[in-house]
Amino acid sequence: MRFLKQLRGLGGTNEGTVHYWIQRVTAIALVPLTLWFMFSTVIMKDISYSDYREWMSSTSNIGLMILLLVVLFYHMQLGLQVVIEDYIHNVKVKLLLLSANKILTLCFALLGVFFCLLLGFKG
Amino acid sequence: MNTRNRPLSPHLQVYKPQITSVLSIMHRITGIGLAAGALVLVLWLGAVSAGEAYYELAKAVAMHWIGQIFLIGWMWALFYHFCNGIRHMVWDLGLGLEMSQVRVSGWVVISASILFTLASLLVGFEYFGNI
Repeated sequence: MRFLKQLRGLGGTNEGTVHYWIQRVTAIALVPLTLWFMFSTVIMKDISYSDYREWMSSTSNIGLMILLLVVLFYHMQLGLQVVIEDYIHNVKVKLLLLSANKILTLCFALLGVFFCLLLGFKG
Repeated sequence: MNTRNRPLSPHLQVYKPQITSVLSIMHRITGIGLAAGALVLVLWLGAVSAGEAYYELAKAVAMHWIGQIFLIGWMWALFYHFCNGIRHMVWDLGLGLEMSQVRVSGWVVISASILFTLASLLVGFEYFGNI
């Protein structure tokens, strides 16, 4: 990992090293979270409204869903950022899309967390 | 600056598709597709919190054959991105970087993503085979 020193300040938005690390940290966190999400979702395929509400009323499921949303949207923002940096060469359009990416992913993450809390408190 | 007559690097189309390049671009494509899936997950949670009528509507969309194609597609994309992401993290540790190993791990990732998808579909039917 010595080479990371040389990467400091590089990358399309001059934050290469931090980007690299957060991408990896969120990826590692997403491994167990994805397994939990996929397993839970697959076995509830035809679940009824009341059963789903009951599932989403347990503290552990709400907590894991919120954690999943936060980490997932962070990881997604970083990934989409690289795609924008790679393919959009017009500086103005690039900055616009990079900002939109940050704002919209944050909004959707917050919206998702809000829905989870709503489900939790509605009981 | 004259940008007209500069030599350009060869376009992507002149290369023969190889497992390394194909899997790499698939990681990116599945990532973009999964971003759309993440938005749908938030919409789903919104529908659940909006009440039973919205829940039934969301479920009807998910159970429609078009919805099912999207869901199975997202399921495979997630398993693929998951497995290939782990492959990337193994590379980050400096392991498996020989070309022969890269090819083998590539086929492992493809097979694993398909197997996980089929297994999930089977488990889904096992639990609720009555739709």
